[in-house]
Amino acid sequence: MTLPLGRGTSRQPITIRVQTEDFDAGRELEALTGGRRDVGAVASFIGLVRDLNDGREIRTMMLEHYPGMTEKALTGICREAHARWNILETLVIHRVGALAPGDRIVLVGVSGGHRGEAFQACEFIMDYLKTRAPFWKKESTPQGEKWVDARDSDDAAAGRWKG
Amino acid sequence: MVTLLYFASLRETLGCSREQVALPPGSPTVSMLIDRLRDRDPKWSDAFGPGKRFRVAVNQDMADLSTPLKPGDEIAFFPPVTGG
Repeated sequence: MTLPLGRGTSRQPITIRVQTEDFDAGRELEALTGGRRDVGAVASFIGLVRDLNDGREIRTMMLEHYPGMTEKALTGICREAHARWNILETLVIHRVGALAPGDRIVLVGVSGGHRGEAFQACEFIMDYLKTRAPFWKKESTPQGEKWVDARDSDDAAAGRWKG
Repeated sequence: MVTLLYFASLRETLGCSREQVALPPGSPTVSMLIDRLRDRDPKWSDAFGPGKRFRVAVNQDMADLSTPLKPGDEIAFFPPVTGG
């Protein structure tokens, strides 16, 4: 889902994709800045599937989402980042379906004129994604399947952006 | 009528991903809808019982127990999110 930037330019400030396929982070980040001369900084985050979660050996991680609301929630989070910081473009790619340890799950990219705002906006988007975007993980271990519990530390991380 | 959606562990516990139900009469809220669902079936009574953590969205926006409901709404119930 992309939104018009307006004012006679064809660039889209917010790009959101929820997909089963892997992504090429280098290519995606290049597309974020390609053709622009006003970008001084790109901050990015990549989340991957770990092989251990709270001591359990992960064989596969199944990611479920709420089609429609997930894209809407991610767009809203990026809009809020654009309202809070002077940044140029935001990108969120989140995978769903069956993933294995080492697989990439999520890419967040933020371009801006300067690094400070790009860093902060990137961290903000990730903290809000963890607590507000409807995704759920179910891990498969040698002991069986288990839905991953939400962490209080994620709520605390999102809470520091309030006010 | 409204459409109810259930996701993740809640969908598995209830054995239901989607259903259509009538709204409670009067000025229905999420809380009134949950009371009616709990009265209907022990599985729902347990899943939405005291101390159970769940989230609710109305028409794909996060909502709470006091959110008003109207015919045609899409109401989703799910556990706290764990993406990223």
